[in-house]
Amino acid sequence: MSSATDTPTDAIAGDGIVRAADGTPLKRSLARALRREKLRSFLLIAPLLAFVVISFLLPIADMLFRSVENNIVRDTIPETVQTLASWDADSGELPDERVFAALYRDLQIAVEKRIHTRLGSRLNYEKSGMSGLFRKTGREVRRLEAEGPFRERFIEIDEDWADIEVWAVIKRYSPPYTPGYFLNAVDAELTAEGVEMKPENERIYLTLFWRTLVMSLMITLSCLLLGYPIGYLLSHLPARSANLLMILVLLPFWTSLLVRTSAWKVLLQQQGVINDFLVWINLIDDAGRLVMINNQTGTIIAMTHILLPFMILPLYSVMQTISPSYVRAAKSLGASDWTAFWRVYFPQTVPGIGAGAILVFILAIGYYITPELVGGTSGIFISNRIAYHISTSLNWGLAAALGTILLLLVMALFYVYDRIVGIDNVKLG
Amino acid sequence: MSSPLPPYASTLQLTWFYAFRVICGLIFFFLIFPILVIVPLSFNAENFFTFTPGMLRLDPDAYSFKHYVDFFTNPDWQQALYNSVTIAPAATILATVLGTLAAIGLSQAHVPYKSAIMAILISPMIVPLIISAAGMYFFYSRLGLQGTYIGVVLAHAALGTPFVIITVTATLVGFYRSLVRAAASMGADPVTTFFKVQMPLIMPGVISGALFAFITSFDEVVVVLFLGSASQKTLPWQMFIGLREQISPTILAVASVMVALSIALLFTLEMLRRRSERLRGLSPG
Amino acid sequence: MKLKSILMATAAAGVLALPAFAEGDMSLAEAPCENCADELTVVSWGGAYQNSQIKAYSEPYAEATGVTFVWDESSAEAVAKLRAMSEAGNVTWDVVDVVASDAIRLCDEGLAIEIDGATELAPAPDGTSADDDFGVLRVNDCFVPQIVYSTTFGYRTDVAEWNGAVPDDICDIFDLETFPGKRSLQRRPIDNMEWATYCNGTPKDEIYDVLSTDEGIAAALAKLDTIKDQVVWWTAGAETPQLLADGEVVMGSTFNGRLFSAIAEQDQPIAMMWDMQSFDLDGWIIPEGLDEARLNRAKHFLKFATDTQRLADQAKYISYGPARASSAPLVGTHAELGIDMAPHMPTDPANAANVHNYDYTWWADNRDDIDAKFQAWLVQ
Repeated sequence: MSSATDTPTDAIAGDGIVRAADGTPLKRSLARALRREKLRSFLLIAPLLAFVVISFLLPIADMLFRSVENNIVRDTIPETVQTLASWDADSGELPDERVFAALYRDLQIAVEKRIHTRLGSRLNYEKSGMSGLFRKTGREVRRLEAEGPFRERFIEIDEDWADIEVWAVIKRYSPPYTPGYFLNAVDAELTAEGVEMKPENERIYLTLFWRTLVMSLMITLSCLLLGYPIGYLLSHLPARSANLLMILVLLPFWTSLLVRTSAWKVLLQQQGVINDFLVWINLIDDAGRLVMINNQTGTIIAMTHILLPFMILPLYSVMQTISPSYVRAAKSLGASDWTAFWRVYFPQTVPGIGAGAILVFILAIGYYITPELVGGTSGIFISNRIAYHISTSLNWGLAAALGTILLLLVMALFYVYDRIVGIDNVKLG
Repeated sequence: MSSPLPPYASTLQLTWFYAFRVICGLIFFFLIFPILVIVPLSFNAENFFTFTPGMLRLDPDAYSFKHYVDFFTNPDWQQALYNSVTIAPAATILATVLGTLAAIGLSQAHVPYKSAIMAILISPMIVPLIISAAGMYFFYSRLGLQGTYIGVVLAHAALGTPFVIITVTATLVGFYRSLVRAAASMGADPVTTFFKVQMPLIMPGVISGALFAFITSFDEVVVVLFLGSASQKTLPWQMFIGLREQISPTILAVASVMVALSIALLFTLEMLRRRSERLRGLSPG
Repeated sequence: MKLKSILMATAAAGVLALPAFAEGDMSLAEAPCENCADELTVVSWGGAYQNSQIKAYSEPYAEATGVTFVWDESSAEAVAKLRAMSEAGNVTWDVVDVVASDAIRLCDEGLAIEIDGATELAPAPDGTSADDDFGVLRVNDCFVPQIVYSTTFGYRTDVAEWNGAVPDDICDIFDLETFPGKRSLQRRPIDNMEWATYCNGTPKDEIYDVLSTDEGIAAALAKLDTIKDQVVWWTAGAETPQLLADGEVVMGSTFNGRLFSAIAEQDQPIAMMWDMQSFDLDGWIIPEGLDEARLNRAKHFLKFATDTQRLADQAKYISYGPARASSAPLVGTHAELGIDMAPHMPTDPANAANVHNYDYTWWADNRDDIDAKFQAWLVQ
């Protein structure tokens, strides 16, 4: 901006180099001005950038790191891990006495510090029975004499210690980083033979991811079906009436998510307003009340309502810019109403559909509150599962792995959105 | 559809014209009915969530203010209200100041890595809340910010900044850069230029960004559920617990109050939008 | 497990005793507390239960000491939050109300401190040590029990389709022909797996043996499968009473005190089915990692809140049995309704004809495994 003060009169000196007022060559002067401008804009951006990175991105990166971090085995039973390194799991033989002795010493310390049950829980994610094994052994190991043979002693406590697979699992999960959580997150497990799918009745996450995607898609579609006519109507009405009707779209948009979720809870219950009304007009009888809550129907209805404004707003802003002369031209050339709409008008709204659909879809797949309150067990999303693993099952590594996958999915969609709409062109209200 | 149908419209066209309006009416009904239905229900004299026969007869005895009385006297709800109105403004101020500065910075002509920076700054709006909440929960715990007022304010401010960036950037797009140059050429220093020229023009964008940041914080529940402790319990948190556990009709009273609040916000925004358009000469006003 | 016999003894004493309301002895609250914080964050379950604690424990304590109480309704997530807090080295809770199984886990993982029954808890009025007074209910050194509660069923008394039949057997839960309608069950394997196994025809004392096998688990899940599409799963204790009151379900499991509130205080058309009720314990722990002032305050409060009179006081507000044998004779009538509380206690002989003895140790060892299978089954 400082270059604005340059005056052209004395700019050209005898050597033919264009100079600024202070005698520096204009090129350099401009470059300096540009640098200063860059610096200024950077200084304006820096505080927020630092704030977002520290308060938001670092926490997320830190959490995602948990999906591969696996120091617990090494930290809890260090000596065992070390001695186990030389044991070959494929040999078909149990580890030797040195390993059992190391385990004895490790467990003495671990039990004293009361950390052995956590290791059991950790290993239980990979092989069932490990949690119980460590708890049981922890209870007994303090009473064990410090004299060997430890192998027999341990097997006496629990015969699972004679199971080679138990040792193979400990060895397999000794390294400080593990793919285990990610495998779990896609219903697979690491066995001696490599990566395998889990038995049918233990698979959850692929189903859940799939369900999350399908339900988000259904929500997006219903938003589109309901949003398109509204966008069309608003863009074809005179500005004054359109603005009035726009309030009906914006009011839900500005109303608290929880208010809207409570409203749907009130409406959809079996003893709720909708069922009462249907019974009252004799459409259904009292015993045949519809079940619309605590299942997928509830989630889809409530979320369609909540996300509908996010579909209408971009559709409306695109439709507003479409000149009515195209459709008129088509009609004057003999196109029927339908043809004019479908062949001429509709294609021009596709950018709006794309923007709205991706926005709704991105928002939908990460939803937590509404499915939690109206979704029951069949209407829940992957987010609810992540919350479950954080606060109830305490399998934070798995929560992080599921979160990473979800985040990648959202980022991919966001990339597409950026290509279609551009982040700069997001409009609000 | 922009004008009433021409006189030569066929019956089919006429039918469709009205059918379409009915369909749109139904969709508007779907949008607005759930929000409005809770208002009468919140005056229910019974502890039910549905219209009692008395209410349908418009019997005055079937209506009462007791759920509102409960909201305004119950210490749990009062504490939640207090927390909400102390957390949201603090988060709003932080988000608005940082967001406005950054938006101005981003609108300059030569910003290196502009799209990458933009992506980072917008990310709090895109990342699913549960992931943000979980990440902040673990990280803030380590910094001793979990369960503190500051922690919740910082988290909410981070979530609110993208809205400020977007709205302020939008007003800056139509901003006539020559005005800044003119001010500078007349000897105004950058600070004066900012406050006398730039600020008044982008003010509508700043205010609507601030409102978005405010409502983001005021309405946010997932992050505060993880990050907060009992002393930061906000209104949405209390409503969430209420909906999941002891679902009392007081929730509907609170919800009605919040609907009133959102109507107020909506009108403020609409006024701002008109003012902004007038200032920028986009509409005759 | 001797749990049951002790419970019966407590109950019997309670029935015989006259309501004895001596002026509450406040000496423990008034006892000097050196280097003590003047704020206390107490974590509990919310609802009627937390109210009973506020009335019986924190209000009198605050009056005597001037301490400010902050209540957090996070007991359901106590283990997760305490683990995160301890990992971060920043524990913000002082006293936490948890169920026995969570207390076992917290104690095992070193997240709760051990509390010395002889010095840090009050003896009974007759001088019996606290540890003897609590007996086997003190499942480990970290846990100071408050109440005995049970998870049991409530049902609506006005279901027309039942044609007058009354569910009085736990297996009626699985009988969709005689008792059609939705049921609410807790979203966890504990209790549900046992009931399903029992209704598969397994004798009571073999339930855990059967559930220790893969086939046993599969059979229990298969039994639950027969009613799966009629089940609403709950996570918070207040849900079932609400669902019953709203008519969303016709029968459902929950904690007996919640049902008591719905029946006796809110006068809903609901009745209790005590068959195969599952006894459990609830009590306090103090988290590991408090600074000295807060630790002193927490211990000072805990000693007061778990004395004989206070435990008996709590029963005036909610129908849970006090965990001290010496409190049982003091259990009187409901503070506001004036009803005799003893018949509403899960330990009352009439209610405890057929009870299920929930095995903590077994669940501690097997919970991770069965939880994973149960959750997978739930999603499918």
